[in-house]
Amino acid sequence: MLEIKGLEASIGDKQILRGIDLVVPSGEVHAVMGPNGAGKSTLGYVLSGRAGYEATAGLATFNGADLLDIEPEERAALGLFLAFQYPVELPGVGNANFLRTALNALRRARGEAEMDAPGFLKLARAEMKRLSMPDDMLKRNVNVGFSGGEKKRNEVLQMAILRPKLAILDETDSGLDIDALRIVADGVNALRGPDFSALVITHYQRLLEYIVPDRVHVLVSGRIIRSGGPELALELEANGYAGMVADAA
Amino acid sequence: MTAVAETLDAVQSATEGGYKWGFSTEIEMDMAPKGLNEDIIRLISSRKEEPQWLLDWRLKAYAAWLKMEEPHWAMIHHPPIDYQDLHYYAAPKKKAGPKSLDEVDPELLKMYEKLGIPLKERAILAGVELPEGEAPQVAIDAVFDSVSVATTFKATLAKAGVIFCPISEAVRDHPELVRQYIGSVIPAGDNYFAALNSAVFTDGSFVFIPKGVRCPMELSTYFRINARNTGQFERTLIIVEDGGSVSYLEGCTAPQRDENQLHAAVVELVAMNDASIKYSTVQNWYPGDAEGRGGIYNFVTKRGICKGANSKISWTQVETGSAITWKYPSCILQGDGSVGEFYSVAVTTNHQQADTGTKMIHIGRNTRSTIVSKGISAGKSNNTYRGKVSVLKGAENARNFTQCDSLLIGDQCGAHTVPYIESRNPTAKLEHEATTSKISDDQLFYCRSRGLSQEDAVGMIVNGFCRDVLKELPMEFAVEAQKLLAVSLEGSVG
Amino acid sequence: MSASVPTTRLQATADAFLTRFAGIKASLPGDKSLRERAAATVRSKGLPGPREEAWRYTQLRPLTDVTFETPLHADVDAQALLGRLPEIAAPHLVFVDGRFRADLSTASSMVRTGAPSFGSGARPDFDPMVALNTMLAEDGVAISVPHDVDGGTIVLASLATGQNGRAIAFHPRHSVNLADGAKLTLIEIGLGDGVYFHNPVVTVSVAHGASLTHLRLQTESEQAFVLSTVYADVASDGTYDSFQLATGGRLARAEIHATLSGPNAIAHLNAAQLLAGSQHADFTTIVSHDAPNCASRQTVKTVLTGKSRGVFQGKIEVARAAQKTDGYQMNQALLLSPDAEMDSKPQLEIYADDVKCSHGATVGELDAEQLFYLRSRGVPEAEARAMLVRAFLDEALEAITHEAGRAAMETAIAHWWDRQA
Ligand SMILES: Nc1ncnc2c1ncn2[C@@H]1O[C@H](COP(=O)(O)OP(=O)(O)OP(=O)(O)O)[C@@H](O)[C@H]1O
Ligand SMILES: [Mg+2]
Repeated sequence: MLEIKGLEASIGDKQILRGIDLVVPSGEVHAVMGPNGAGKSTLGYVLSGRAGYEATAGLATFNGADLLDIEPEERAALGLFLAFQYPVELPGVGNANFLRTALNALRRARGEAEMDAPGFLKLARAEMKRLSMPDDMLKRNVNVGFSGGEKKRNEVLQMAILRPKLAILDETDSGLDIDALRIVADGVNALRGPDFSALVITHYQRLLEYIVPDRVHVLVSGRIIRSGGPELALELEANGYAGMVADAA
Repeated sequence: MTAVAETLDAVQSATEGGYKWGFSTEIEMDMAPKGLNEDIIRLISSRKEEPQWLLDWRLKAYAAWLKMEEPHWAMIHHPPIDYQDLHYYAAPKKKAGPKSLDEVDPELLKMYEKLGIPLKERAILAGVELPEGEAPQVAIDAVFDSVSVATTFKATLAKAGVIFCPISEAVRDHPELVRQYIGSVIPAGDNYFAALNSAVFTDGSFVFIPKGVRCPMELSTYFRINARNTGQFERTLIIVEDGGSVSYLEGCTAPQRDENQLHAAVVELVAMNDASIKYSTVQNWYPGDAEGRGGIYNFVTKRGICKGANSKISWTQVETGSAITWKYPSCILQGDGSVGEFYSVAVTTNHQQADTGTKMIHIGRNTRSTIVSKGISAGKSNNTYRGKVSVLKGAENARNFTQCDSLLIGDQCGAHTVPYIESRNPTAKLEHEATTSKISDDQLFYCRSRGLSQEDAVGMIVNGFCRDVLKELPMEFAVEAQKLLAVSLEGSVG
Repeated sequence: MSASVPTTRLQATADAFLTRFAGIKASLPGDKSLRERAAATVRSKGLPGPREEAWRYTQLRPLTDVTFETPLHADVDAQALLGRLPEIAAPHLVFVDGRFRADLSTASSMVRTGAPSFGSGARPDFDPMVALNTMLAEDGVAISVPHDVDGGTIVLASLATGQNGRAIAFHPRHSVNLADGAKLTLIEIGLGDGVYFHNPVVTVSVAHGASLTHLRLQTESEQAFVLSTVYADVASDGTYDSFQLATGGRLARAEIHATLSGPNAIAHLNAAQLLAGSQHADFTTIVSHDAPNCASRQTVKTVLTGKSRGVFQGKIEVARAAQKTDGYQMNQALLLSPDAEMDSKPQLEIYADDVKCSHGATVGELDAEQLFYLRSRGVPEAEARAMLVRAFLDEALEAITHEAGRAAMETAIAHWWDRQA
């Protein structure tokens, strides 16, 4: 379970998050929507520990463990996974090598045996097949020269292989074609279960037709101004943010 | 392929902390007194039972050296070297001269075991001949301080017509070859350190690949400086006749000592028509401690000539060691259509200084050269790429591509790029690109958010940065080099 | 060693300049000790020889073939030369054979004339040509633009008459100071006839938020020696934007030192060199990033025909404090004849880690495919070549926003090209 209480965060001197309260119980999928610049990505970065995104007040725990005080890799070891809005390119680093190194780092942290190369390849190929990704993606360098949509799919592939307990998907649907959207949603739905929860950041109601959220939160100017069921997304789609902001004020 | 990786682990576990190859070995040494003069040169020459012409050549080099000045143009700084305070000859004491491995000092063998060199031929150990083509075989010549100790696989190589032996042995057994080629690429008076080497070189390897022969296995030399206050001056000469080819590997380590030790080697390569030479180095001499005390001064002259048409010389180096590295493996592209390559990774940490690069001299028509240099500086180190690409008038359609990238880790180090680009022919095309940057925070965070530790993330990004060079190394070396990079940078981040 | 021959010849030339100094020093204006210190440098270092790394590609040996005489200044007629100046509607400061000519110039409150203006920042102790200039400078101007004033455009012209066959040397010394928020476009033009040695030094100081556009048109005599040096210091938020076109000189070198000494300072050092015959031209830059967040850009293009020789040396230095430096440099050369030569030495010296620095260099001939493409569309070969050469230069020229300045450059390029045909 992810619990966030009164979380405030700044980038440099600029306050972005102004008191976020949010609980995502295990087994649930929550959506976060909000206008550009509201602080959605910032929330994802603060939770996963990106340098420069500093929590100045409040707390965030995952299954009881304090998230904010530990290193990014320790958060990953706890089961946190952030699918980046803008996935990073790693020139010279092979996708397969990267994924296996990450997987084994996590397995070590969990006290599991490392996976050997053949075992890993088998797993990776199976997951790629499900995501309709061509095999040669494994040989290429991480995200280098990938199209926008390919990068997003690669994030989902990582998620499928690393099997997080809490996935934060930051606009993973942006830039995807219609078929890919389905595939990505299937990837998330395949992980759904009592021990998995997700925070899905999106601008579009359409994704939420495929990944039906338990709750929808509206983030505006660093605060959650409304929460509700899946119908909230439809309301937003119809009316936009303006009315809602006025109501909240 | 994992054989080397495993032995590397074994070496690491056999030593503790810091520089992991820093053990010294207790062996009875036969040493010349300190100092350099004509008598010492005569002594070296007589110990090695050399012919008169070679002694004369040495003395001429010495006379030239006396008139020369240590070069100062490189971006390196060190206290003056007292050339009279060194031993110019140190050899493990011979009992009657090791004729076979059994006669080699067991302490020495133990040391090689620690280094992970498969010195004893596997075939001998197992008592069976390996079938042709099975498992990559590496023939090794090990140079311990000043002399070659043992050369493995000699018999197999001889069958193919390949000569691979200590150069002192070549002087004895193939004097005409040595006499023809020694100093033909790097004249005795070429530069200060080459002149010094020519005067006092004590051993090194000799390779001769006859016409049309592709050397059946990789050849390897392992250099180690062991004795205190010795300079090591090895000399390597590789000649490949028409259509022949060879891949040669060179590894270097030295024990941990708090004084500086001098290493001034010379390597000459000659490639005839259609011949190809691939020369790979993993240089891991002792770099000095965290405060910059001790370490090897590595002043090396390496040059190859593509004498014949369509010949090829490729230098690949991974330089992580030495307090100071001064080294410019070069290619003279004389034969029409000849190809020169230089792939380099140089890592400096703590107080290390590296000034390294290459020279590509285009003389023949349609000659091509490629330079890929990756410099990584951390700690308080300075890392300089210095390279020259020169296209002479007759080099119709010459092509060069140069990429040199520097990565800075921490704000106390320096990264420098000093290329010289000279063109005398309008049909030539030269391209040079250089970049300097730091490891991107975004990349680090991306890796860490996937569960990689800070150090693993740096290791992975650095290896990615060096990928274009590492992929040029023979497989066994590539694995070793990757680990070496990670080990070298341990503790420099975060 | 053969190097000893030119060294002694260089020594003899340096000695001749020292003798001249001894002859005129009593009458030289300004700080005597500054002159003496410069003379001491000339005495000890002489003129730069082939072993000096900074001069490895440019040798002054041809300078030693000439004996420079005392200039005659009375009634030199410069009308013909004046007519060769490009038309630029702006105040002109005109020097003839190294002497300021009030009769040919426009008075301005921003300009002080009558004596060399040594400014600050130049390094006579370090730079041999600056030492020579400091020792012998007889004239110059000081241009100062006050706080927040837009000084418009000023033309600084140097005309060399050739003195009816008398080879002379002149060493003008100028300073340009822009106070906080000031603006100026300075267009420096050099032209002349015959054999002479023009050795100008300009020191530039750009204060906080100020901006200097420095356009230089070097179309001097093809028998002249032109060795110019600029030292520019740029304070926080200041901009030094320079472009130089060189088509003249038998032996020419333009050396620019730009120091970005305050945060967010910017330097552009762009240049084009068009060389023919047996001309030798060298463009040398040293950009020192001393403060954080500064940016430098250099685009340098060289076109060579005949037996000409081009040199580019560009160094970007980034000091430890200069984090977030953004440095970029590109130098490209076109060799249009089998006997032309190009040497280039781009250099990075970096001590700060959070930087983005890069340089690129290419040397080659005109792209055969492009040439063919144009010809297949009906463009005659000569025209196609001219078009491609002009296109090659474009990147260096496109940054010039000053219209009259740009037109003058374009005209000079067109003239040069016509002369080659
Ligand atoms: N490095 C930075 N420096 C200063 N401001 C920043 C920085 N990064 C982000 N911001 C600002 O923080 C605010 C929140 O950004 P964030 O990326 O969290 O928005 P978002 O809700 O994810 O928007 P979008 O829907 O466009 O992805 C924005 O105003 C943005 O400009
Ligand atoms: Mg966002």
